[in-house]
Amino acid sequence: MRKYTVWVSARKDRGTKWFLGGLALVAIVLPFLNLAVPQSSAFHVSTYALTLVGKYFCYAMLALAVDLIWGYCGILSLGHGAFFALGGYAMGMYLMREIGPRGVYGNPVLPDFMVFLNWKSLPWFWYGFNHFGFALLMVALVPGVLALAFGWFAFRSRVTGVYFSIITQALTYALMLGFFRNDTGFGGNNGFTDFKDIVGFNLDSPRVHAFLLVITLTMLALSYVVCRAIVASRAGRVIRAIRDSESRTRFLGYRVENYKLWVFVVSAVIAGIAGALYVPQIGIINPSEFAPLNSIEIVICVAVGGRGTLYGAVVGAVLVNYAKTYFTTAIPEAWNYALGALFVLVTLFLPRGITGLWSRIVEFAYRRGFRRESQAAIQQLELTRE
Amino acid sequence: MTKTLLRLGARWLCLALLLASRSTVLYAQPLSDSGFLAALGGLPDAGFDDKYRIVEQLAQSGHPSARAVLSAWLDDRLYCRTEDKKVFVVKPGPEDAPTLELIDPLTLKDAGSAPAETLDKIVANNRLRTILEQSLAHFRLSSPDAATRLQAVQDIEQNLNADNVQLLRERSATESDSRVKQEIATGLALAGLDDSDTQARLSAIATLRGTLRQDVRNKLRSLTEKAPDGSYVESDKQVRQAAAAAVQSIEQRRSIYSGIQTLFFGVSLGSVLVLIAIGLAITFGVMGVINMAHGELMMLGAYSTYLVQRAMPERIGTSIFVAIPVAFVVSALAGILIERTVIRFLYGRALETLLATFGISLILQQLARSIFTPLNRSVKTPAWMSGTLQLNEALSVTYNRLDIVIFTVLVFAALLVVLKRTRIGLEIRAVSQNRAMARAMGIRSSWVDAMTFGLGSGIAGLAGVALSQITNVNPNLGQAYIIDSFMVVVFGGVGNVWGALMGGLSMGVVDELLEPWAGAVLAKIAVLVALVLFIQTRPRGLFPPTGRASETS
Repeated sequence: MRKYTVWVSARKDRGTKWFLGGLALVAIVLPFLNLAVPQSSAFHVSTYALTLVGKYFCYAMLALAVDLIWGYCGILSLGHGAFFALGGYAMGMYLMREIGPRGVYGNPVLPDFMVFLNWKSLPWFWYGFNHFGFALLMVALVPGVLALAFGWFAFRSRVTGVYFSIITQALTYALMLGFFRNDTGFGGNNGFTDFKDIVGFNLDSPRVHAFLLVITLTMLALSYVVCRAIVASRAGRVIRAIRDSESRTRFLGYRVENYKLWVFVVSAVIAGIAGALYVPQIGIINPSEFAPLNSIEIVICVAVGGRGTLYGAVVGAVLVNYAKTYFTTAIPEAWNYALGALFVLVTLFLPRGITGLWSRIVEFAYRRGFRRESQAAIQQLELTRE
Repeated sequence: MTKTLLRLGARWLCLALLLASRSTVLYAQPLSDSGFLAALGGLPDAGFDDKYRIVEQLAQSGHPSARAVLSAWLDDRLYCRTEDKKVFVVKPGPEDAPTLELIDPLTLKDAGSAPAETLDKIVANNRLRTILEQSLAHFRLSSPDAATRLQAVQDIEQNLNADNVQLLRERSATESDSRVKQEIATGLALAGLDDSDTQARLSAIATLRGTLRQDVRNKLRSLTEKAPDGSYVESDKQVRQAAAAAVQSIEQRRSIYSGIQTLFFGVSLGSVLVLIAIGLAITFGVMGVINMAHGELMMLGAYSTYLVQRAMPERIGTSIFVAIPVAFVVSALAGILIERTVIRFLYGRALETLLATFGISLILQQLARSIFTPLNRSVKTPAWMSGTLQLNEALSVTYNRLDIVIFTVLVFAALLVVLKRTRIGLEIRAVSQNRAMARAMGIRSSWVDAMTFGLGSGIAGLAGVALSQITNVNPNLGQAYIIDSFMVVVFGGVGNVWGALMGGLSMGVVDELLEPWAGAVLAKIAVLVALVLFIQTRPRGLFPPTGRASETS
């Protein structure tokens, strides 16, 4: 047993090195190609492409959060987009206050949509959002507290499995309905847009976009390290035990609810941060981010990449979202077919995702006697197989 | 009798027109054909004052064609031919038709056709129209059709005066239909409120106590109010008290009935949810998971209804009875196909099944979008399903909602029969309770799975038929109701048809109760929050699965 865990951590660490190295490469190369290479060059990367990549990695961070609870704890949340969107709204509120008197109506305090709705003063929950630090705090706090309250209710009464999935879907649906209303105070249908700058830096400038991409990748790497530390820790093993047999873990004396709640909150905070990074890059946040379809798309990203691997989630999110960009511009009708088929095919034929496929190839190679090392990979496969 | 009435009508008309008309004839003999024609013949050259007189003359003429001519005039279908100034009635048709079909006003027989430009319309002004309407009301009061008489009484109530009160009184003596008679009593009582005799006013109030009508309530309430100068509108204190008591009684009964109405709305909304949720509950028995493609199977049912209607456009009324089995079969086959190709490979992997069915729902939605376009397809409501059933003044139910409630009850009953009384039902129950044991007893569980899934999907198709009657048929049809019905299933307890029934009805009623004071969106959010709290006490719904089945999911 001891030999096994040592081996696993060594192997996982190798994966981590590769993964972090890959992120660092993207963080260096893309901004360089955007800023330093002249536009006429074939190697130049447009700011649009840079923003697109930034968006993919924000979704990748959300996928990482989903993988942490689904892949390792067996909690399938179909409402994680809600935490993402809440983080985004917190950042959006800061960006709206930052516009100041440069809005269409020129009101130094009230955002345009409030002036338009004839509101006289700022609602209480908008106080403080003119400070960047306060907004950053809220980015983590709002999704975290919601996850804490929601998870406390849900896990305490042992709402598990499919029930939990449906309830989380209802949560994001209810929030979507709420945010669509004008009188909720979040811009209703249109949400927030027309941002000017962030802590004094103009959001139109390519440098700021490149910088935001670097920040996104850094935060992704940081979240990855945190998640890796969690799953490699002793608590991480309890969490995996909960995934494999919840009642048995409970009978062994672990407070299952507490473990679940804790990992759910961490996951929600990561999702919130991802949302906050998403908004300044994309330049808009509106209630459609709460749509149940968004959350479920992220789940399929995790499934495609391979759940229970962390880096698989990131790979899956980038690939699926790239495919989405490609399909929706090239053949718009085909995207829904492709996405639907992806759901069906991945669950039927790739239960362990692309990274799982890699393990299979390794297994195949071993059978042919190409690599001796791969025997260990098979061992690990069998040990972790459900 | 008819003559008396006509004469009375004529008398009332004369009074009404006394100022405008030069006529001094109060009681005329029935006009002969030639007299009738002569009266008509005056029309083309008549000014409005003359026209009032002619209407009065025709109305009191007692001529059998008078009514048809007057109602044609009211509809702007009375013309005169330019060349010989002869008056014709024109058949109803499009406004700008080049030729008009003529009817002889005397015999009411076809009189050929004429180009529109050779005819002049005999115009009516507003005052003339009022007079025409009133004189027609008198014709209608003696109609052999009770519904027409009822309508006539109601029209008269809007415009009470000494003469038509007299008319109502006369009619009351001979009226045989109880509803018309009651309506006349109400009308007379309304008139009685202005009587100078206190006793008559009190008895009028006593009569009006029994009604539920808003206008009557308002009229009674006005009796209890003060005029601007501080004095009471109604001088007698006793009458005021009686009126106040009557107002209270009417309001009380009205609020009871409006409560019943809300309850009915809730039940009808709930029965839609029930129809969706029982299908979900049955498929849950197979998969152990909520079928995310259920909404799209409903959509298939709704599109089947649309296609059946397209195939038989002449018989909209009966098409719905064809659509019901067609929708059932289409959705059931689609369901069986889904089960055989996807779901059977995923047994025991609940969360994966959820994702796979979600993928199927995306594909089906896009398929509908590609075939039928994202636009709304209109499904016509059969004539026998449209309209309102007016139970009384304060309570009315629309037929389509009522029919959906009945339909749900029938489907639910049929489902219970299938589940409890047939061989396949027994096998379905056995497999969903304990698959291994059922197999050991020789049940082909994979066949039962397919059949169960087909049954649940077929019911989704039936729900689609019902939905096509109350909402737009488009590719998003399934999405609109599906999250609500998930809530119903979670609330009622998965895999249980009784749970779906109770859950659906209570969700529907709660939704309708909350909506008036919270608004549609907040009501929905409140229901969701309430559900999350409810799950605290009963994590597996109202009717949780029991026995071994409860441990496996």
